[in-house]
Amino acid sequence: MALASRIKEHWREQQLFNSRILVTVFILLTLIALVIIRLTQLQVLKYDYYSAQSSGNQIRAEPIPPIRGLILDRNGKILADNKPSYQLEITPERVPDMQDTLNRLVAANILAAGDLAELRELLASRRSFETLVIAEHLSNEELAAFAVRRPQFPGLEMRARLGRNYPHGAAAAHVLGYVGSMSAADKREFDPADYAGTTHVGKSAAERSFEHDLHGTSGHEDVVVNAHGRKMRVLNRVRPLPGRDVILTIDLDAQLAASNALAGRRGAVVAIDPDNGEVLAFTSTPGYDPNAISAGLSRRAYLSLQEDIDRPLFDRALRGQYPPGSTIKPIVALAGLHFGITSAENRVYCGGYFSLPGSSHRYRDWKPGGHGNVSLYEAIEQSCDVYFYGLARDLGITRMGGFMREFGLGASTGIDLQGEQTGVVPSPAWKKKVFKSPAAQVWFPGETVIAGIGQGYMLVTPLQLAHAAATIAARGKRFQPMLRKGARDPHTGAIEYQQATPLQAVEEQDTLHWDAVIEGMHGVMQGPRGTARAVGMRAAFPMAGKSGTAQVFSVGQNQKYNASEVDERRRDHALFIAFAPLDAPRIAVAVVIENGESGSKAAAPIALDVINAYLKPVPAT
Amino acid sequence: MNNPLLNISTGSRSRVEQGLLSRVLRALHLDGPLLVGILGVLLFSLLALYSAEGQQIRELMDQAARMLLAFVVLLFMAQINPGWLRRGAPFIYALGLLLLILVLATGDIGKGAQRWLDVGIRFQPSEIMKLGVPLLLCWLLHERALPPSPGVVVMVIILTFLPAGMIAVQPDLGTSILIVLSGAVVIFLAGLGWRYIVAAAGLAAAAMPALWMVMHDYQRKRVLTLLDPESDPLGAGYHIIQSKIAIGSGGVFGKGWLNGTQGQLEFLPERHTDFIFAVIGEEFGLLGALALLTLYMFIVGRGLFIAANAPDTFTRLLAGTLSITFFFYVFVNTAMVMGLIPVVGVPLPLVSAGGTSMVTLMACFGILMSIHTHRKLVAR
Repeated sequence: MALASRIKEHWREQQLFNSRILVTVFILLTLIALVIIRLTQLQVLKYDYYSAQSSGNQIRAEPIPPIRGLILDRNGKILADNKPSYQLEITPERVPDMQDTLNRLVAANILAAGDLAELRELLASRRSFETLVIAEHLSNEELAAFAVRRPQFPGLEMRARLGRNYPHGAAAAHVLGYVGSMSAADKREFDPADYAGTTHVGKSAAERSFEHDLHGTSGHEDVVVNAHGRKMRVLNRVRPLPGRDVILTIDLDAQLAASNALAGRRGAVVAIDPDNGEVLAFTSTPGYDPNAISAGLSRRAYLSLQEDIDRPLFDRALRGQYPPGSTIKPIVALAGLHFGITSAENRVYCGGYFSLPGSSHRYRDWKPGGHGNVSLYEAIEQSCDVYFYGLARDLGITRMGGFMREFGLGASTGIDLQGEQTGVVPSPAWKKKVFKSPAAQVWFPGETVIAGIGQGYMLVTPLQLAHAAATIAARGKRFQPMLRKGARDPHTGAIEYQQATPLQAVEEQDTLHWDAVIEGMHGVMQGPRGTARAVGMRAAFPMAGKSGTAQVFSVGQNQKYNASEVDERRRDHALFIAFAPLDAPRIAVAVVIENGESGSKAAAPIALDVINAYLKPVPAT
Repeated sequence: MNNPLLNISTGSRSRVEQGLLSRVLRALHLDGPLLVGILGVLLFSLLALYSAEGQQIRELMDQAARMLLAFVVLLFMAQINPGWLRRGAPFIYALGLLLLILVLATGDIGKGAQRWLDVGIRFQPSEIMKLGVPLLLCWLLHERALPPSPGVVVMVIILTFLPAGMIAVQPDLGTSILIVLSGAVVIFLAGLGWRYIVAAAGLAAAAMPALWMVMHDYQRKRVLTLLDPESDPLGAGYHIIQSKIAIGSGGVFGKGWLNGTQGQLEFLPERHTDFIFAVIGEEFGLLGALALLTLYMFIVGRGLFIAANAPDTFTRLLAGTLSITFFFYVFVNTAMVMGLIPVVGVPLPLVSAGGTSMVTLMACFGILMSIHTHRKLVAR
């Protein structure tokens, strides 16, 4: 009986079990269906999404920066190129003992002990396969020190990188500018795609203005990276296109002559070809070493440059504004002829001073006692102030100022450099705009008088002065000053030349008027009583010039200016403009020497040096 | 045995079993269909591991060696008469419990968890319990009338939760859950009344907040991450995000063997262990994943068939439990890898690299085969 019930139980248990297995199968099928539905959702419905995610995970475009174009002078001489500089790189994962390696690098005088802490911090923040630069711009000694010990330093590598090199250093610093690491502002300005791999960008002057030519087109590599960012293989490589070589209008010989002549002084020289506005020399001193700046200055070195009292970073040629002094006289003389106020023959008595009617104020001539009866020629030749005081009064500020503006004064010349200053050609309207109080806004007749000799409110930049000199040389024809002569394609060698840009010419067509003024300027150099006769006599060709001396410090009505009593930095600025050869001028120069005292003595020789360097006259045998 | 089902099945089998292969299999107490399914999955494993481990033949050889060892264990277990196994069940359970205590006292700490015991070879005692708990419960229920009485149910609960609790504090929540699950399966197959089941489900739901309280921070994080993996893409969510990308980008046909970028480029973490299913999904696509799932379902189906044909309560319950538990391993791993359930450390059975889990599983299959092949002897 017991056995029977046991068997019956077995039967029921089997039935129960089988029913439970059935339920289980149902549950399992439901669960596996869930898994399959999820698989389908991921692999079929959202395939595109995940596929894109997967590609984005692993493919990275790595930019390859292009090689920067060269900068050449008008004759193809190199002004800026790229020079390999050596740097030491470390790949931590290949260094067996980092501590020991660093210590030995210090012992070998390749690393400074003081840099170790910072370096360790840097190493700790990087992944072990990422290469890190630990020393830049290795000197030959450092290179040699490392080279002989190389086997002792696994994981360290010397790598050549192209750095910007300026073979003439400071001599062309202000015209070439320099390159530097991209700043946040640079990153906003330039196309991020094109500059992705670029580390250095033009910061100033030609390097900045012609950045578009020089930079080239960035290439890139599509690389497969793993989860840790390690490069696994290259899928595709687009080579970068090197930048175009920029040919400047600069003549290296003239540039070096200007730079050498200015050595040790604060000043600027700009030389322009009157026929087309090409800038032949463009110097501002003191300069700076563009190689050092491009390689990267320490903060301290940069500050010391910036705080230098002589302001070596300041481009005087482009941004320095000076009273033109007597260099303005040829233009005032031409204005007098143009408006019929005076004539070449008209003589004016100079008694050493000039007074306005009803005023006792004496506007003194630079020559105590005066020049006597002077013609226009003599007035320019000897730089008679009294002649021009009267002429200015007769012209009036509006006509005189308007005529000066026709020479490009008081406005940007439009040179292809950034940051140009405009200078000032004053007028009653200008005074109203600039001054606040009604009393100060009044234009006094005396201000017209001194404007006639380039004093008072009037300011010009050396570039404007050179442009004005070139305009006189070209007898009124004007061209926008330009530095970029052309650009050369590095592959084909084809040069695309920049066209000269003519500007509105001076409205004076009377050749005789031009002749009279230019003859006066010729007299300055080579006339019997020319102010720069000492310099002009040395010239191998006929030339024209005009000196100027601008007051920095006003001398009281009854005082005498005495250079030796005045602090060096408050002495007069020396200016000079010149062009040559006289008949068919090929070069016009403006020279400004801060606190140089005498235009004819300090500035004129420099002008001649630059002209000689450019024209290369054959000495008469 | 007067089970008509069984008679039909043995009758049809005897007509087929003629060839040499069949005779070898029978002599070795092996089950052909189950063996085919297992070998299919192992082949998958070798292909996937070769790819996931950076195509290193050495690693592959190691795994092949582990497979061989596991196969020896299977062979050994297949020879053991289920009757002996039943009698040995309490001892196996006791041994497992003892080792668990030892682990908690002295265990080696690996990956922030105390799971390993170093006795010449390092192994996880919790693996023994994966087999020990079902064995003991089936032994317990074998002598008793089914459906089990409330008293028996209470005993089952205690005997399940004791080792599960110890494993949970190691902490190894995944294994712990699977052991509880295996206990639940035993009692379910034993015919536990539906109202108990409903009551237990309600209780489990109520216990959730309590469970949340005792969970480790990393475990909570995994649960939260499941709900919103993008909330922590580089931290806890990274595994799930990368794994979903791997599987999703595989598409229907896959990127091809050894061409899975997620796996090859190491974006996929733990790609040779817990996340190997993502490698398979990426390289072999939906078709490959379905093929693997089919193999798994075939194995589970064969196991359930063996259970249904088993001669007594012990073998029936054991075969059913082992098969269903195996299914849950598959389900938990694949669902985890696809972001359906939180990340719990459960390897993909037979496929993930690692020896312990494989040995345990093969031992289970050995037992299944033993149950099936010793059937007539038991019947007589």
